[in-house]
Amino acid sequence: MSDTTTRLDTTQLPGNWQNFRRALKRVLREPLGALGLTLVVFVLVSAIGADWFSSHEPNKIDIKSKLQPPSAEHILGTDQLGRDIYSRVLVGGQIALKVSLVSIGIALVIGLSLGLIAGFGPRWLDNSLMLLFDSVRSFPTVMFALAVVTLFGPSLNTVMIVVIVTQIPIYGRMVRSQTLALRDAEFILAERALGAGFFRIIGMHMLPNVIGPLLILASMDIPFVITIEAGLSFLGMGVRPPTPSWGTILNDGYSYIYNTPWPVIAGGIPVILTTLGFTFLGESLRDVFDPKLRKEI
Amino acid sequence: MWLYFLKRVLLGILIVVVAVSLLYSMIHMVPGDPVKTILGPRASPELQAQIRDKMGLNDPLPVQIVKFIGRVAQGDLGEDVFKRKSVNTIVFEQLPHTIYLVLAGIGWAMLVGIPLGCLSAIYRYSIIDRIAGILSVSCIAIPTFVVALYSVLLFAVTLKWLPAIGAGDGESLGSYISHLILPAFAVGLGWVGYLARLVRASMLEVMGEAHVRTARAFGLPERTIVFKYVLRLAILPTITLVGMGIGILLSSAVFTEIVFARPGIGRLIYDAVTSRNYPVVMGSVLVTTVLFVISTTIADLVNALVDPRLRPEK
Amino acid sequence: MATENVLEISKLNVGFATERGMLKALRDVDLSIPVGSIVGVVGESGCGKSTMINAIIGLLAHNARVSSGSIVFEGSDLLQKSERELRDIRGTRISMVFQDPMVSLNPVLSIGTQMIDIQYRDAISKAQKRARSIEMLNRVGIPDPESRLNNYPHQFSGGMRQRIAIAMALQAEPALLIADEPTTALDATLEVQIIHRLRDLQHSMGCSILFISHHLGVIAELCDYVVVMYGGEVVERGTVRDIFHRPAHPYTCKLLECDPARIVETTRSLPTIPGEIPDLANLPRGCIFADRCDRKIDICSEVAPSTSELAGHHWTRCHLAAAEPTA
Repeated sequence: MSDTTTRLDTTQLPGNWQNFRRALKRVLREPLGALGLTLVVFVLVSAIGADWFSSHEPNKIDIKSKLQPPSAEHILGTDQLGRDIYSRVLVGGQIALKVSLVSIGIALVIGLSLGLIAGFGPRWLDNSLMLLFDSVRSFPTVMFALAVVTLFGPSLNTVMIVVIVTQIPIYGRMVRSQTLALRDAEFILAERALGAGFFRIIGMHMLPNVIGPLLILASMDIPFVITIEAGLSFLGMGVRPPTPSWGTILNDGYSYIYNTPWPVIAGGIPVILTTLGFTFLGESLRDVFDPKLRKEI
Repeated sequence: MWLYFLKRVLLGILIVVVAVSLLYSMIHMVPGDPVKTILGPRASPELQAQIRDKMGLNDPLPVQIVKFIGRVAQGDLGEDVFKRKSVNTIVFEQLPHTIYLVLAGIGWAMLVGIPLGCLSAIYRYSIIDRIAGILSVSCIAIPTFVVALYSVLLFAVTLKWLPAIGAGDGESLGSYISHLILPAFAVGLGWVGYLARLVRASMLEVMGEAHVRTARAFGLPERTIVFKYVLRLAILPTITLVGMGIGILLSSAVFTEIVFARPGIGRLIYDAVTSRNYPVVMGSVLVTTVLFVISTTIADLVNALVDPRLRPEK
Repeated sequence: MATENVLEISKLNVGFATERGMLKALRDVDLSIPVGSIVGVVGESGCGKSTMINAIIGLLAHNARVSSGSIVFEGSDLLQKSERELRDIRGTRISMVFQDPMVSLNPVLSIGTQMIDIQYRDAISKAQKRARSIEMLNRVGIPDPESRLNNYPHQFSGGMRQRIAIAMALQAEPALLIADEPTTALDATLEVQIIHRLRDLQHSMGCSILFISHHLGVIAELCDYVVVMYGGEVVERGTVRDIFHRPAHPYTCKLLECDPARIVETTRSLPTIPGEIPDLANLPRGCIFADRCDRKIDICSEVAPSTSELAGHHWTRCHLAAAEPTA
């Protein structure tokens, strides 16, 4: 784990499966990476298999058993409407992951395009885009979310829009710097002199270089996005009840925090595990692929 | 030097103007008539027309924007239609609470984070470093509002050491401070992680630079080297980070204010949005944007002052 | 060689513990600097010059291991000294001037602050320290030093920055000045100025200088003795005359041949020494230079040569020299 400046070691990028396997092994060797990967796998499995693992109907109301502490029947207890928290948490995980993957995917695509445009296009366009990116990136997310909610009302789509718009700059920036670096690289000029088309250059040279950092960014991004979703749902601006999102579970639990701590505890744990897991994993990936990226917070 | 300062400020003003215009346009693009939304569906047409006129909604959009900006420049943020109080008053009543929260949060984060980062850098690869590293990452990863919830659970509900709601009885400073502790803790925790990491990386980078080697070659004591030579340079990115991170800070503040039922501009905006109280929304967002631009500008300028290399010179 | 040596390195062996194994950066290095003389060290990147310097002032990296040898300075072995004792010596008895003054001076502190800071051990007033610095700046030829003391490094030209660095180094009147490629970052005219100034200062102060450079012309101009290093070993040593007029080691000969200043006819291709420096973690069995040597014989790849004394101060490490005893 060296912190001294090193060039981006392109041999480490997962250009092919062998490199990828080797990189994965290196990640596992670091305790943090192993822990992160375990958590991530755990979260993914429980989310994908939510329907199988649940013990109850997540939205089934049973007022008689409201606000119960964890028991054999309800592993994580019940909320104020008697719903089984454990099952709700599992489904909430599904939602969280769906939102993250879809939004990040879309943001990635848009960001990639904009980044390419910024990199290959004229200077003024690049500068304007960068200014836009920087402003969006540093603008308080909550404010922006509130504005969007004002326009479109609270819903899952609102959350996705907020996430997409705020994440585009991250990917855009990354792609843009890669583009700029490659644009003037000698071998690119040589290829262009030989008549290689735009798409060939992108496909053959840019993408392999970009995939690695993009994966790292995305994995570091997931916890952030999950946080936004949970946060907005907590504020009542995201997922609409009765759909269980970790945020709404926490919100419900918070109202009854003086009665019983369990809903809050139960709702918070998955968020913590997920964010820690992905962050640890992302950090290890970053160390393995490019220690230099560490400086960019 | 002053030219740079001027340019920077002008750029800031430009950003504010653009943001405000955008927001104004957005709000007025909301499906449905804003006036009906404000007054409710049963308001009489005369009342509607009156309000519409008062809010200047009959003019074309660009004119509205210009008028609005004009009023803002004069310090008038409009009037709260519901409470008939000037938005200025409302906003500036709440603003100090948020500012105190933010300052307290960042304050304690710096007190803990910067030394932690320093130690990590000096004792690189030691146990301290590794533990600090894991702690930093964890602090950054966990969302602020979860921290807020858990700290309420632990310190207010279970241990009953600290209050969970509000900003105090409004009378004593002690009460205010005791109500500030948990919220500030929540806001600042993530920053401890950011700062520790940044200071560590920054210090290591500076310590590897040639002039530190020179200082060592001249036998300067390690303490002088670290505090006078290295830290001064390493601290620079921290200032920028805090300045740029004002956006994150404000977001954290909003969540924290809601969890702790604290008064503040975050709470204000949230309530205003949910009740579609446009003037208040506009006013608060405007003030927030201005704050945001000011702090990034100041961060830039402080950077230029501290590091003579960054001063644009002839 | 009856004169006393201000610095005497004997059989110094330094390695670096790396993932690939022990990198033997210095092997059996001998180097002596007679009092009041200027000793030049020539060699390409990777020959061990920096390691040697760091060993002398005690600033080797964490993973460095000194396996054997001694560095005797003014009578005592530096390798046996504690960090505290070494710190006392740095900047006072042994000083350094580095290659690139733009990065080796602290950019956010004025040069006055830096020059006064290094006098922290002296129990004199700040005003006196200031005066001393001003006087030193005068001696290196900085105009108007009084006011320029408040300036920052980036406000000086490259040549002036290097002169400031020299002023800082000589301020405490050290016994030994180590100059690590001080003129490499400067253009030719500046180089000449700096060299002349160094020489004058050396004459007036009487200190000894260890001068590292790969610019042969400067070495020839300034130094009394020359040491040639390659791949972590000292391959030849002698007076300036010995090295430049009667080079014995094939590497030295090649270096002289390849010196651009020596080229008589205009040509498009500069002569080079083919090949690369050996991997210091996997040393070859015989002579370190055997791979690239154009005069090697069978024994060169098998057995490492030992030192052969050629004449007085001139010795080399080569089988060919051993085969022709000149004594």
